[in-house]
Amino acid sequence: MSSIKIELRQEDISKIREICASFNNDEQELINVLHKCQEHFGYLPAEVQEVISDCMGVPTAKIYGVVTFYSFFTMTPKGKHPVSICMGTACYVRGAEKVLEEFKKELGIQVGQTTKDGKFSLSSLRCVGACGLAPVVLVGEKTYGRVAPDDVRNILKEYKDK
Amino acid sequence: MSEKIIKLMVCSGKNCSRKQGDDITDALKLELEAVSLENKVQVVRTACFGLCNAGPVVKVWPEGTIYTGVSPDDAAEIVNEHILKGRKVERLLYTDPATGKKIPDEKSLTSLKKQLRIVLRNCGITDPENVEDAIAHGAYLALAKVLTEMQPEDAIKIIKDSGLRGRGGGGFPTGLKWEIARKNQSDEKYVVCNADEGDPGAFMDRSVLEGDPHAVLEAMAICGYCIGSSNGLIYIRAEYPLAVQRLKIAITQAREYGLLGKNIIGTGFDFDIEIRYGAGAFVCGEETALIHSMEGLRGEPTVKPPYPAQSGFRGKPTNVNNVETFACVSPIILKGADWFSSIGTQKSKGTKVFALAGKVNNVGLIEVPMGTTLREVIFEIGGGLPKDKKFKAVQTGGPSGGCLTEKHLDTPIDFDNLVAAGSMMGSGGMIVMDEVDCMVAVAKYYLDFTVEESCGKCAPCRIGNKRLHELLEHISKGHGTRADLDRLRNMSVVIKDTSLCGLGQSSPNPVLSTLDNFMDEYIAHVDAKKCPAGKCRDLMQYLIVKENCVGCTACARVCPVNAISGERKEPHLINQSVCIKCGACYEKCKFDAIIIQ
Amino acid sequence: METVKLTIDNKTVEVPKGTTVSKAARMLGIDIPLLCHMELHDLGIENKPAGCRICVVEVEGRRNLAPSCVTTCEEGMVVKTHTTRVLNARRTVMEFILSDHPKDCLICPKSGHCELQDMAKRLGIREIPGQEIAAMSTYRKDTSPSIIRDLDKCIMCRRCEMMCNEVQTVGALSAINRGFMSAVAPAFEQNLEYSPCTYCGQCVAVCPTGALTEVNHTPDVLRALADPSKTVVVQTAPAVRAALGEEFGLEPGTLVTGKMVAALRALGFDYVFDTDFAADLTIMEEGTELLDRLKRHLSGDKTARLPILTSCCPGWVNFFEYYYPDLKDVPSTAKSPQQMFGAVAKSYFAGKKGINRKDMVVVSVMPCLAKKYECQRGEFSVDGNPDVDYSISTRELAAFIKQANIDFNNLPEEEFDNPLGESTGAGVIFGTTGGVIEAAVRTAYELYTGKKLERLDFTELRGFEGVRSATVDFDGLKLNIGIAHGLGNARKLLDDVKSGKSQFHAIEIMACPGGCIGGGGQPLHHGKSEILKARAAAIYREDKNKPLRKSHENPFIIELYKEYLGEPNSEKAHHLLHTHYFERKKKIFVKP
Repeated sequence: MSSIKIELRQEDISKIREICASFNNDEQELINVLHKCQEHFGYLPAEVQEVISDCMGVPTAKIYGVVTFYSFFTMTPKGKHPVSICMGTACYVRGAEKVLEEFKKELGIQVGQTTKDGKFSLSSLRCVGACGLAPVVLVGEKTYGRVAPDDVRNILKEYKDK
Repeated sequence: MSEKIIKLMVCSGKNCSRKQGDDITDALKLELEAVSLENKVQVVRTACFGLCNAGPVVKVWPEGTIYTGVSPDDAAEIVNEHILKGRKVERLLYTDPATGKKIPDEKSLTSLKKQLRIVLRNCGITDPENVEDAIAHGAYLALAKVLTEMQPEDAIKIIKDSGLRGRGGGGFPTGLKWEIARKNQSDEKYVVCNADEGDPGAFMDRSVLEGDPHAVLEAMAICGYCIGSSNGLIYIRAEYPLAVQRLKIAITQAREYGLLGKNIIGTGFDFDIEIRYGAGAFVCGEETALIHSMEGLRGEPTVKPPYPAQSGFRGKPTNVNNVETFACVSPIILKGADWFSSIGTQKSKGTKVFALAGKVNNVGLIEVPMGTTLREVIFEIGGGLPKDKKFKAVQTGGPSGGCLTEKHLDTPIDFDNLVAAGSMMGSGGMIVMDEVDCMVAVAKYYLDFTVEESCGKCAPCRIGNKRLHELLEHISKGHGTRADLDRLRNMSVVIKDTSLCGLGQSSPNPVLSTLDNFMDEYIAHVDAKKCPAGKCRDLMQYLIVKENCVGCTACARVCPVNAISGERKEPHLINQSVCIKCGACYEKCKFDAIIIQ
Repeated sequence: METVKLTIDNKTVEVPKGTTVSKAARMLGIDIPLLCHMELHDLGIENKPAGCRICVVEVEGRRNLAPSCVTTCEEGMVVKTHTTRVLNARRTVMEFILSDHPKDCLICPKSGHCELQDMAKRLGIREIPGQEIAAMSTYRKDTSPSIIRDLDKCIMCRRCEMMCNEVQTVGALSAINRGFMSAVAPAFEQNLEYSPCTYCGQCVAVCPTGALTEVNHTPDVLRALADPSKTVVVQTAPAVRAALGEEFGLEPGTLVTGKMVAALRALGFDYVFDTDFAADLTIMEEGTELLDRLKRHLSGDKTARLPILTSCCPGWVNFFEYYYPDLKDVPSTAKSPQQMFGAVAKSYFAGKKGINRKDMVVVSVMPCLAKKYECQRGEFSVDGNPDVDYSISTRELAAFIKQANIDFNNLPEEEFDNPLGESTGAGVIFGTTGGVIEAAVRTAYELYTGKKLERLDFTELRGFEGVRSATVDFDGLKLNIGIAHGLGNARKLLDDVKSGKSQFHAIEIMACPGGCIGGGGQPLHHGKSEILKARAAAIYREDKNKPLRKSHENPFIIELYKEYLGEPNSEKAHHLLHTHYFERKKKIFVKP
């Protein structure tokens, strides 16, 4: 069950309606609608899914089924600086696991969680296609290559006051 | 078209960091303006050159000089020395890891000598955001030829005769697929490009889409003409924003030039392309799952038949090919079936792109004729293993492929040989492993991937893979028995034999191939409770070699759990009951006094 | 018909093109085990995800094993169903499934009726290798007014999802998550109460394991029976008598009315009554309402909306309250027979006997799970005292009888008590699709025309087709009648009503495929539609054998109106026997 309860504002509802309408409320465009909504809200809380259900005439259960199927969709808000560690094969072979452990330790959160202050969230990715830089870490849009566990603290430091 | 005669090409692959690429591009443009050459020399952002270890890379075209490790500060020197005075900037030239020598141009590159670029023909050469540039390099010639000179059946025959097989994994003959889709009558049909590249460690589709999007658009239109469809869909990972952006630009430009849309080049043929986004599900690489995903559903595969060619997207005949397959189409049309089928092995024609990664010197995309051996790829093109480590295995075919060994190195790579060797072509991931890689851990890593990516529809994949993973974990912790190895094998065989789709039917390959090729390593884990590669944390010990220890105390200071004791200038000792095997001491010791056992 | 010839286990068989391997095998007497697959042939319902992979067979020339439930026969195919490879695969897959399933069979509500248990027995599974290191997928348990979900026991056969979405179009359930943690659940894994669930119970009816079961109310009933200060009254729905016997090993379609009455009496109920009586009462109220609306409509009264929709099915009521709130003035306002019975029992009958309603406990035995929810609805109580206190299913009653050491099959046949135990054949046929409207026609015809109805069997209204229609001649007035069973079929008719396209004067809707005989509280049919057919036949047999077959001829109904209610649709009848509907879909909360 989703632990977060949010209240949508009228403008949020209008935005969702607008997104659904831009895809003609076509059931087959559900994934595109979810992409757009996640782009707008940063995540897909239950309430957003309910409005989508209402607009498109798709049962909420089905929307939830789709949201929980695809790893790109999330029902928890990401941190201000989302940290993603590539766990692609090249990165794994070059020690990404240890880097991930270090981030977990430094941030005190598990994969899929967000720090209490909302600053950082942690996720693991499947290959960002930067195998030459393995292991690779992304913080927001910025890519860090050849990251060693020792670098983790310094990387996070860059964002401490941002 | 373009009057500019020299091009400065800046790699914008992910490895070269987009931001830095932008800065270099800007700096080069500024310098060119300063010497009033902005109209003679063009600065182009291109796709990966396959020299990821040496990025950021700038290439001077057409002569092929490669500058590596370029920074924006180097722009002035490149423009003033190379462009104005025709002198190469020696210090930025690429050093071939195989020979240790500076390379004057790409023709001298050992790693390129064995390669043949059909799929990647324009990657790194044309400006992917400029349709004119693409046309100047031959884009849409094949489409024009097909539309004006050929009947659909003729074009299909060429593709059939060329021997082209699907590059997405299965290796189904492409021409036959088109023919079936053509024969299924319907008011509407769909051409789908599968760009949901999900293999960890493979990024060839992204490179093609980022570097040569028109190649894919053109081939889709040809396919549409052949099967009788005017609707194209590209199903692409949402995680590829640059590829998406370039595709959108390419589609818009192609429409403006009458190469997509209504009445293409005045022939009366209509074809247009839409983009659909994936949302992170590896199983959507399977075509029925992909179609469900495009229909707004959970990406669960369904039993075939019916095949998509009979009933696919919206219940209509649908032809699904992946990016690399489409990228082969235009050259085949232009150069003929005989040309293509002269390349490769008896049953696998043409070339194949591999994403070479792992413990290998030259990391990046390579394209070689089918039939090239693994040894040539790894040691000649890849430049061998770094730090002179010993080659142990190469994993091909992505997460569902198998681990091949020394004895397979001289096997010519093609669809059937890889399957016979217990692996597969897959989409072309190729990960090299050395002596410090534990094969039990590798199998576990891949199973971890499959467990996470299983859609959950069929029981053997949903539960069986989880059980395989658990058992591998059990073994890597030193709790396994010989009987467990038999169970591993039986479960793997049954999962392969009973799973619904290609994911489950191949997910146990890493287990089976490592059992076949590295049985001794498994036995070491279960009998002696040792991990020969020293990777399995629960099975190893860090020990201090008295003779080498100088008592510098560095290890004791770095140990997070204070497991190391000893007087200054005296040999130290690790308390095994306290040690958490983090390896910090091992990394710290400068005297090789700490060993792993 | 085009046919193909193939060999299965060295026997040759010729089958129509398109036949699946498992069906072809069955023709040869080869019973390939099926787990996730389920087919109710006569109702056109099929679940074929090919997900469990238990039914795999070896097909010559094929690389991997083939799921026989969906693999179609081809000319010259050579199939082997019990090679070492097949048997090993089947066993290993079964071990996988069991390794992620709780082993508390002894205390599972499905014990003895569980298809997974049967399969484990059939395949001779004696141990599950590696169980000690096997993680289980576990989920939060959910208890709603009618249904308990225990997803730890879900094997992803997807039958419930198929019933809820494709057949019922309710959309309360969907497959969620991915891989090992996938299961079938409502949105956000919330309780069913917060979903569009109608409690029709079709998910429970098809669940092969203990993942979906009903809320058990027998302990409450037992407590009431043991309380000397309570007068405990029981009513039994028409479809119960046509199915209860199955739980005691009797052939499907065996009528056990008399034994059931005897058993209920033996259990200690003070009065054993019949919901069929209330069904007759429903016809009086609903039929009168129909005629009233019809007459007003024909005379040009625009406020009289037609068609009139039946309202005796609580799953259906829940459905339109959620999905068609704007049509909530279209269905009849008549309460369901269960609730009419409760209201009459606790007023008329309690008054007659001088019992305070607080000291009377009304229990219903229903083929239905939505009835559990219905009797808990606030509007069906007086000062917090519900008209019907507890509703138990046919399955619960069977279990109750067994617990009470009653040898059901050797019981004598006994009669219902009076006055609320007498019923006509019209009340009986409420239990199957088409029955309510047929009963209504029998009465409405005579009331409208004033003539005696000669032909009582309206066979044109019977059958298992999902949507049926017929025109009945009311002495010159052509009455268009629609019938739908299964909520997906109901939706089709309702969409027509909504868009104004509907040409019907009256529509009968039952939420469950087959009507109440296929209800969510009935003995499990395990995918055999011939069982449902046998039950329906039994219902019509009972009707045929009744001396009275028209509701308005029931002497106790006549007496009830005379003594207590006055006329059908009188003010008193309205107060006691009619209800109103609510919009059930919750509004999205907006922050001001």
